[in-house]
Amino acid sequence: MRITCPLCGARDLREFSVTGSAALLNRPEEGAELPEWDDYLHNRDNPAGPSDELWYHSGGCGAWLVVRRDTTSHAVLDVRLASEQKT
Amino acid sequence: MRFNALQILKQGLTGNRGWAPQWRNPEPKPEYDIVLIGGGGHGLSTAYYLAKKHGLTNIAVLEKGYLGGGNVGRNTTIVRANYFLEGNSQFYSHSLGLWENLEQELNYNVMLSQRGQLMLCHSDGQRDAFARRGNAIVNQGDDAELLSPEGVRALVPYLDYEQLRFPIYGGLLQRRAGSARHDAVAWGYARGADRLGVDLIQQCEVTGIDIENGAVRGVQTTRGSIRAKKVAMVAAGRSGQVAAMAGMRLPVESHVLQAFVTEGLKPCIDHVISFGMGHFYISQSDKGGLVFGGDLDFYPSYAQRGNLPMKEHVMEAAMTLMPMIGKARVLRSWGGIMDMTPDGSPIIDRTDTKGLYLNCGWCYGGFKAVPASGDCFAHLIATDQPHEAASRYRLDRFKTGYGLMDEEGTGAQHNLH
Ligand SMILES: Cc1cc2nc3c(=O)[nH]c(=O)nc-3n(C[C@H](O)[C@H](O)[C@H](O)COP(=O)(O)OP(=O)(O)OC[C@H]3O[C@@H](n4cnc5c(N)ncnc54)[C@H](O)[C@@H]3O)c2cc1C
Ligand SMILES: [Zn+2]
Repeated sequence: MRITCPLCGARDLREFSVTGSAALLNRPEEGAELPEWDDYLHNRDNPAGPSDELWYHSGGCGAWLVVRRDTTSHAVLDVRLASEQKT
Repeated sequence: MRFNALQILKQGLTGNRGWAPQWRNPEPKPEYDIVLIGGGGHGLSTAYYLAKKHGLTNIAVLEKGYLGGGNVGRNTTIVRANYFLEGNSQFYSHSLGLWENLEQELNYNVMLSQRGQLMLCHSDGQRDAFARRGNAIVNQGDDAELLSPEGVRALVPYLDYEQLRFPIYGGLLQRRAGSARHDAVAWGYARGADRLGVDLIQQCEVTGIDIENGAVRGVQTTRGSIRAKKVAMVAAGRSGQVAAMAGMRLPVESHVLQAFVTEGLKPCIDHVISFGMGHFYISQSDKGGLVFGGDLDFYPSYAQRGNLPMKEHVMEAAMTLMPMIGKARVLRSWGGIMDMTPDGSPIIDRTDTKGLYLNCGWCYGGFKAVPASGDCFAHLIATDQPHEAASRYRLDRFKTGYGLMDEEGTGAQHNLH
């Protein structure tokens, strides 16, 4: 598996680490209710197919990336900077 | 047909032509009392104990592929009861107890081999943690022995004791632990359940769960709709998709775990051994292949295969610990879909939908759990009360934060186990 970092180009899987679903970018507001936090921290869509995930280019530029990947084939479909993704 | 010495002799003398199929291949009926989704180890053992202990036999196990084609046939078959935390320790203790009587119970050779499992430690801190864990295991009634470096060397002289980087400080040995034949466990439970009247329906994928007014009514499948009073989800790595059919989002992320096997060798590794400083564990199968594995690849996956970096890591750890296996040729590697929970412990619970039950989150340790999981899940489905050995496997522990079972002490967060 190779991931094309928008800043560094195509790099080996070993340069990256993954934190999980890109839903992690949508942190609940302060004072949100418990179920909302539970959903954010624990519950997952866990899709079999295209999935947006949060990856970190730890062995490269240090950027956080949103990688769209097919979890059934490991094909990398799209890579963006997380800083641009967040609205 | 019951297996016994006389049968084997008779069949042997008559060309083995008299063996009958081990289970029926029935058409699905329009309605059952209980439908189990998933014919892996846990689904089959649940069906068996529902019939055997609770007398409930109007049951179907629906399997989208073939029986035992999921993780139950892909794992590295380690059976042990050396967990540390309250909740896990009594459950796995219960499971090991059931393992020890399984062959008699099922009249099936599951090839349980209590060859002992040895976990190695490589620092003072790790040794202290092992001493504490060993005491906890002994207190719960199972066996554990803390070995000195000399004790380890006497048991397994072939490890690399000379290296400076990860010196071996000792080990924690559980003699009752070991391995079993994974397929045989699935087949034994399948045969047992079938003989008690359970319908095992293969090539039948569940595509929808019917819910009316907060109660489950049945399922939609690739072989038509089936009504059911109770429906139980036991789909391991596919739990997320199955639960989504009931409108649920689970605290589960599916990851890939790889394993490896070498060509057959003469007996050389007599125990199950795990390295404490890298992700590597190994045992030798009865056919002679060295069966070994390491950690998750650590990205979500349903591919049932992994990538090269983790393979390299596992091989490096193997060479660090036991360079003697360096010349063995690896024949195969594969991967399975692991249903990972945030705290690394499983879930056996009811759901908010009446008559709908959930069994999942087995992470990379659900093979040893097959007997107790079936026993406890059957108890829950039959009586609507949790079995005492599994009462802590609640779905709501993540929401409440109460009763988390994080054996590794790394935090109850996805991607840390
Ligand atoms: C490489 C590897 C090594 C492992 N090593 C060990 C070990 O040493 N010790 C240990 O204790 N554990 C180990 N495990 C973990 C263990 O194998 C699993 O936790 C356990 O097998 C999961 O439960 P199961 O047997 O019921 O799963 P499975 O056998 O995966 O059963 C689930 C079944 O559900 C079916 N299914 C899914 N969706 C549907 C649907 N919609 N409709 C119908 N059927 C469906 C699937 O086809 C599958 O057959 C290992 C796993 C792997 C992959
Ligand atoms: Zn980069």
